[in-house]
Amino acid sequence: MFGLNQKDGQLILIIAILVFLAPFLLNPFPVESELAQFNAGYPDLMQRFIIFGIFAIGFNILFGLTGYLSFGHAAFLGVGSYSAVWMFKLLSMNIIPAVILAVLVSGVFALVIGYISLRRSGIYFSILTLAFAQMSFALAYSVLTPITGGETGLQLALDDPRILGQQITEQGNIPVPSLFGLEMRDSMDVVIGPWLFTFNVGYYVCAIIMMISFYIAVRIFRSPFGMMLRAIKSNQQRVNYTGLYSRPYMLAAFVVSGMYAGLAGGLMAAMDPLAGAERMFWTASGEVVLMTILGGAGTLIGPVLGAGMIKYMENIISKINETILHEWFRWMPDGIEDLVVTLIYPFIGKGWHLTLGIIFMVVVIFLPGGLVEGGQRIMRLFRRRSKSRNTTNSSDTFDSAS
Amino acid sequence: MSKSDVTRRGILQGGAIASAGFAVPTIFSANRASAFTNEPTGSTATLGFNVPQTGPYADEGADELRAYKLAVEHLNGEGDGGMMNTFSSKALNGNGILGKKVEYVTGDTQTKSDAARASAKSMIEKDGAVMITGGSSSGVAVAVQALCQEAGVIFMAGLTHSNDTTGKDKRANGFRHFFNSYMSGAALAPVLRNAYGDDRKAYHLTADYNWGYTTEEAVRSSTEALGWETVNAVKTPLTETDFSSYIAPVLQSGADVLVLNHYGGNMVNSLTNAVQFGLRDKEVNSKNFEIVVPLYSRLMAKGAGANVKGILGSTNWHWSLQDEGSKAFVRSFGTKYGNPPSQAAHTCYVQALLYADAVERAGSFNPCAVVEALEGFYFDGMGNGPTLYRAKDHQCFKDVLVVKGKENPSNEFDLLEVVEITPVLQVIYPDDHPQFSGGALGTCNSGA
Repeated sequence: MFGLNQKDGQLILIIAILVFLAPFLLNPFPVESELAQFNAGYPDLMQRFIIFGIFAIGFNILFGLTGYLSFGHAAFLGVGSYSAVWMFKLLSMNIIPAVILAVLVSGVFALVIGYISLRRSGIYFSILTLAFAQMSFALAYSVLTPITGGETGLQLALDDPRILGQQITEQGNIPVPSLFGLEMRDSMDVVIGPWLFTFNVGYYVCAIIMMISFYIAVRIFRSPFGMMLRAIKSNQQRVNYTGLYSRPYMLAAFVVSGMYAGLAGGLMAAMDPLAGAERMFWTASGEVVLMTILGGAGTLIGPVLGAGMIKYMENIISKINETILHEWFRWMPDGIEDLVVTLIYPFIGKGWHLTLGIIFMVVVIFLPGGLVEGGQRIMRLFRRRSKSRNTTNSSDTFDSAS
Repeated sequence: MSKSDVTRRGILQGGAIASAGFAVPTIFSANRASAFTNEPTGSTATLGFNVPQTGPYADEGADELRAYKLAVEHLNGEGDGGMMNTFSSKALNGNGILGKKVEYVTGDTQTKSDAARASAKSMIEKDGAVMITGGSSSGVAVAVQALCQEAGVIFMAGLTHSNDTTGKDKRANGFRHFFNSYMSGAALAPVLRNAYGDDRKAYHLTADYNWGYTTEEAVRSSTEALGWETVNAVKTPLTETDFSSYIAPVLQSGADVLVLNHYGGNMVNSLTNAVQFGLRDKEVNSKNFEIVVPLYSRLMAKGAGANVKGILGSTNWHWSLQDEGSKAFVRSFGTKYGNPPSQAAHTCYVQALLYADAVERAGSFNPCAVVEALEGFYFDGMGNGPTLYRAKDHQCFKDVLVVKGKENPSNEFDLLEVVEITPVLQVIYPDDHPQFSGGALGTCNSGA
């Protein structure tokens, strides 16, 4: 179906089901319960899961397939966001032109940066991309303030022209991003017993776009072009010696990957119409590397899992504070309660980076293939338990490409 | 004839299932058909405290959070009541807000507008916060203010000094109690003239971002009005830690005053560099070389140590003030945490109380009612003397303190001394002043 083999078709189907049922899956705890702290099913975070998933999928096309580690991918994310916000300012609040322009502009930007950076490989390539991204950040932060809004970020204003759309709502406010009248921030709350599930328009728009980009990524992975990229990863010199000129392939991969980042940036702006320069900072570029490695570089689903994991930590773990801990452990005797809270405290709240760092180290040391490898090992364990015979190399439930 | 599978029974069954499907959400949804975003329906009201807990302003964020916790205690009738006793409005009586107990959620802005918005969004969407407050930089304040306008909740800005917060980026749902760059310039100018005369040559070092620009502009225009000459203005990258290469050209320029439009770690480093270069011992144009820091804070003075001695700057509030409000606040903050509050803590505490009071007076949490109650609100007893929340731009107008690094500090908190309290009439400006032009307040959004 759609040029997919059965395995990939199943994978896409599973992801589609997971993504569309996410509002249920991410809110497993009743609203009033103590564990509601761990619910992640609110629109902003769900949108972030998806958007950073797209970002990581795109990054993986470059890093997972060709092995070229770009340390400046956040620049494309930022460029995408700025383009989208400018569309909102000048044209209309419809997200379609915004997202299209975001993809195009970041594609052109990637072409320029890729053309220069790809003259070098390995660590030099990484440093070049990092330098370009930092340069873009510095420009956006200060020199280009009239275009980027500088430190405060690019924002919508009441007096923006918006020539094709509504300039000001009837209530006298700035209109919100929409898809032909369907507002991105509209949500429907469904209450079932003590549970609350939120279905958000923006989330589903992102989800559909992510399914499309995931499908394209799968096709790239399975195409002769993808095979070429893998050849570059395994031995670029040999590819060159056989008479193939590899740079156009690299550049194409770089541009596609940059366009994915631009798409993610455009969607970010579509969900929340603001573009800040921090989006281009090197830590943001590092984050997508972490996501990809944490989830499993070179696998199809890995980057999405990694993105979800990091965003969950950033938004949920970082919000647990001391008061909440004390509430959880109130049933313990006084001294022990304080001890337990003191022990856990460095790892939550503002210490979430520490927890993330530990998880990252554990994953890299014990599961070099990322979370995907963890999943595979668990699967294998189950298969062995059920004593089915075909345990030979059945590790490819989630396809690992490299 | 083509064979079709459509049967009467099929359609009826299908229709029944479909309509049941559409009906389910309406049956189950308790339909939070509230009049405005996050209307508190239970016995509690949730406020969102969005402060930097990591990053360059983490110290200020920690102090802000302490102040908010203290404010919540006082609102809920615990503790000694702090400034609630000296506040000119008596609507608050220690039983929460409108009888609802005040609860709070906290978030980390990381001093990044994206992270701050994500954190604020989760407070609004997940925790049901009815008001967001905090922040320690103008970028964050402006970003979160715009978000709150979209979402239909009130934003009470924390420490934000850029003109833009209530200038070109002002929003109807956002309010700022802190003073701004313009006021710093206007308050400093006369003091500078008295101290250093009116034919000085100034050299500006400006942090290369939004706040730096507005501060430079404000100080420049008010000192040039005195007759000072601006020799040069150089932008320095925000991430710079060593300013020696920027200080060296100052001496050759013939300038005799150095203005450091820096904040936080930037200011600590640039001031230390300047003093190490011996600028303050120099004599240029047969006048003593002087250094000016437009925005001062105690936490910065602490970082710069002995280098701040005798250096002039402006601040929003200082704990050594002797009015009843300040004394009450310092007392209850000191009792609880063992050290005097910073100006960031003060502005945040006051903002929390002002919001609560506005809700009480309006009789509703509805953002539009709160906006109405705060606009043009005139109050006293909050440490800054009589203060007006101007309706046209949601900026507070009050006296501004000009301070100087103390020569002989008696303890680690006693680093600044108040040189002059510049009266409000000297720092007030028309709302269409060129430094604040562009942008529009819009109308309040309640999210309904």
